[in-house]
Amino acid sequence: MAHIGLPERLPGISGGFAFRPETAAPMRELAHILLHEPGSLSPGERELIATYVSSENDCYFCQTSHGAAAAAHLGGDAVVKQVKADFQNAPITPKLKALLSIAGKVRRGGKNVTGEDVASARNLGATDLEIHDTVLIAAAFCMYNRYVDGLGTWQPHDQTMYAEMGKHLAEHGYLKPSR
Amino acid sequence: MAFRPETAKPLNELVEVLLCGPHTLSPGERELIATYVSSLNDCYYCQTIHGAIAAAHLNGDEDLVKRVKADFQHANISGKLKALLLIAAKVQKGGKNVTGEDIARARSEGATDFEIHDTVLIAAAFCMYNRYVDGLGTTQPRGEALYRERGKQVAREGYISVSKTYLPAETAAR
Repeated sequence: MAHIGLPERLPGISGGFAFRPETAAPMRELAHILLHEPGSLSPGERELIATYVSSENDCYFCQTSHGAAAAAHLGGDAVVKQVKADFQNAPITPKLKALLSIAGKVRRGGKNVTGEDVASARNLGATDLEIHDTVLIAAAFCMYNRYVDGLGTWQPHDQTMYAEMGKHLAEHGYLKPSR
Repeated sequence: MAFRPETAKPLNELVEVLLCGPHTLSPGERELIATYVSSLNDCYYCQTIHGAIAAAHLNGDEDLVKRVKADFQHANISGKLKALLLIAAKVQKGGKNVTGEDIARARSEGATDFEIHDTVLIAAAFCMYNRYVDGLGTTQPRGEALYRERGKQVAREGYISVSKTYLPAETAAR
């Protein structure tokens, strides 16, 4: 049961969003810009960063819903599972590996990011905007994950629901509720 | 923020609603929660600017801000705010640390669901802002005096208004 009186039957973050629409609006817009709007990193790559951070933070709802969105963008969930388990050996670009390494450091705390981490990402072709957005995606998911778990939201283990949610998110983004 | 005005807009709107919007917790109390979490995350810029904003809301009481950061249980704040700061500290370590007992204690001190929700989200949001500021390796000038005037300005005008001084007009929040 959720810690506070959230609306019934709304999974994960959607319970908090329905409880407080005033904070939901900027939180939705931030996710939409970072994950869905056109960028030099594909939406699938950005969803992988969000999924990886949520997995390291052990947030079931976020890693499963964003994993499903990543799978919808990438045409399957095999790479999603590999990224969560061991991204260094996953079939992704070296640039994305360097960005995931930065994301992992941000997750543990912003000061962990070193000049060498950033230089290594740049050497593999990452732009300043891609590095900026990687840092902010990782930071933002340290918020979303804590929000979802800190409120004790309802997080059903229903893979069909997450697959549908992932398809909807991949297609429409984050500005409006998906169900 | 100035590097990426598109993301600065929702980042400023979120902090404006949480810390300046209409509320049963005073702006000073909410700034104390933000300052305390930023202090736990060891983010110099965030704890100093939000500490300055908190002090500006609290009749310039910088000692109270310092006491909350060092040992909030013995600070001159309400029992309700102490219970909310305890929840904020647990969220800072990870959302799953919040227990039913923490919530029950806050409720018994008079906290509403709305206040508990916003405490969780302020703590979570500052786990984002702190990581953003430190993860980019931003310039963070040392010295509390440098932050005092800006603190007064934000307390007076709010975050969105102040953001217009560094964001292009077309991307500044409404």
